Amino acid sequence: MTVSEEHGYEAQAPGILRQAFANRSFVTGVVITAAIALMALVSFFWTPYDVTNLIVADRMKPPESAHWFGTDHFGRDILSMIMVGSRNSIAVAIVAVGIGMGLGVPLGCWAAARGGWLDEVLMRFNDLVFAFPALLSAVMITAIFGPGAVNAIIAIGIFNVPVFARVARAGALALWPREFILSARAAGKGKVLITLEHILPNIASMLLVQGTIQFALGILAEAGLSYLGLGAQPPMPSWGRMLFDAQTRMMVAPYLAIFPGVAIVITVLGLNLLGDGLRDVLDPRLRRER
Amino acid sequence: MAAYLAKRFLIALATLIVASMVVFAVLEILPGDPAQLMLGMNASPDAVEALREQMGLNQPVVLRYLAWIGGLAVGDFGRSFTYSSPVIELIAERAIVSVPLALMSLALSTVIAIPVGLYAAARRGRASDTAMMGAAQVGVAIPNFWFALLLIYVFAVWLRLVPAGGFPGWSGGIWPGIKSLLLPAVALALPQAAILARVTRSALLEVLGEDYIRTARAKGMPRRIVLWRHALRNAMIPVLTIMGLQFAFLLAGTIIIENVFYLPGLGRLAFQAITQRDLIVVEGVVMILVASVIAVNFLVDVAYAVVDPRLRLAA
Repeated sequence: MTVSEEHGYEAQAPGILRQAFANRSFVTGVVITAAIALMALVSFFWTPYDVTNLIVADRMKPPESAHWFGTDHFGRDILSMIMVGSRNSIAVAIVAVGIGMGLGVPLGCWAAARGGWLDEVLMRFNDLVFAFPALLSAVMITAIFGPGAVNAIIAIGIFNVPVFARVARAGALALWPREFILSARAAGKGKVLITLEHILPNIASMLLVQGTIQFALGILAEAGLSYLGLGAQPPMPSWGRMLFDAQTRMMVAPYLAIFPGVAIVITVLGLNLLGDGLRDVLDPRLRRER
Repeated sequence: MAAYLAKRFLIALATLIVASMVVFAVLEILPGDPAQLMLGMNASPDAVEALREQMGLNQPVVLRYLAWIGGLAVGDFGRSFTYSSPVIELIAERAIVSVPLALMSLALSTVIAIPVGLYAAARRGRASDTAMMGAAQVGVAIPNFWFALLLIYVFAVWLRLVPAGGFPGWSGGIWPGIKSLLLPAVALALPQAAILARVTRSALLEVLGEDYIRTARAKGMPRRIVLWRHALRNAMIPVLTIMGLQFAFLLAGTIIIENVFYLPGLGRLAFQAITQRDLIVVEGVVMILVASVIAVNFLVDVAYAVVDPRLRLAA
């Protein structure tokens, strides 16, 4: 018997696409996420108007045929700003998830493989980070080290580390006593090699699902930070900043507050649906009761 | 149960001590000399040095940490440089906004979420379940500060039922205070309720598949009683966990909502203090918030033991 026969992920490969496309959450999530990603990509080549171009004559125009979502107090086209702002949201959230995965997954796997006092120390350290209110701490970090997209990424990323460490550790701990791991150990493979060859592929789906969830939370956190003026700095448009600008002008131009908010909701909704769908398809044990 | 609680208590205490070291260390490495900042850029080096001496900034780090933590233990949080009043007074002044706000949102979110979760679980797979969980899915995706803006527009600008922001204090009676916290509480509660409803529903569905539920139904116990008495109680562990996390989040996470509504709460105090480099205030607020998170987590552990007798016997 070869080790790979026990690998659940290889056995389920053929039917997985068909299963995925039969899942309503997954399909809706993929469509929304792809549309947002496409919008961000298109914004690099084309936007209806130039967002760095301030046309005072066109300021505070309500939605009309020339400006579908209206214009802001500088005469910038809201639709164009939302398109360019999506880049910022996506970039911050993706890198923050990358930081969380890049540090958290090795830590979690290490804790699971070593066990004993190291595991205890790492997990207590995890509890420690969880004791710090994430949003407030992110606000502090960006306020201390200066506002900007890079510091926002770091502030959000730090709080992703314990999340991924916990998921990776739980997944890895459940795998270590399994027969296919035992046989790999009996064959003389070291813990690092086993983690790379057997543990990681088997927890990849859990990590992917968690990654989607953290991505969505990252979008929300970035919007919050940039609402406070701590995220991407003007003239780079960001959804949170647009909402901040809209607040003082809400009496005269409520439409200013509508569209950036809707953009955030749709993006986060798409990612959450994608995450739910992925979990149903990839990990039948965690399948939501429906 | 005593052993279980003692262990949880020791872990909580250890976490608190390590957290205090982290808070102190992080603010220690901050750029910017507080004495210089207080006196301004044109102050003479001698004056800055004298103030550093007076503030105790020239003592070794370990001594200053011990002095600080010793003060915290007896409720002495030091004096704010910018407000020139004791930090503990500033915190108390702001806590009477933040704590009622967090409690109101938690109450609102629980009152909405538990019945919705229960109803959806009981009607699993039907149209009403799908509709409610669809709404919850959208609720989770709504940033609370955007929802706050919409609420301000509808209830303050358009209908003029409540103030758009600010806080009148509690001296003029309870009602004006409650009224100005109403919109912020709703804005905070909605996304939390959406999460809690989803957790309640899935925890209930898990429990409803158990044998003892079938037994209870088979012996003729009405559905409603099985649902409330057997299922809900057993589904409480994940629900309590999330509620504990949410209360901790609400205490500290209100910083953006406090900014939206111009509420003088703890989050805004910390935010303003950090931009003014009033470190002693930042340290105090962060420690209070971290201590509350740890305390809430400990209380959740206690609550586990109450709802789950197995935990009382084991460990």
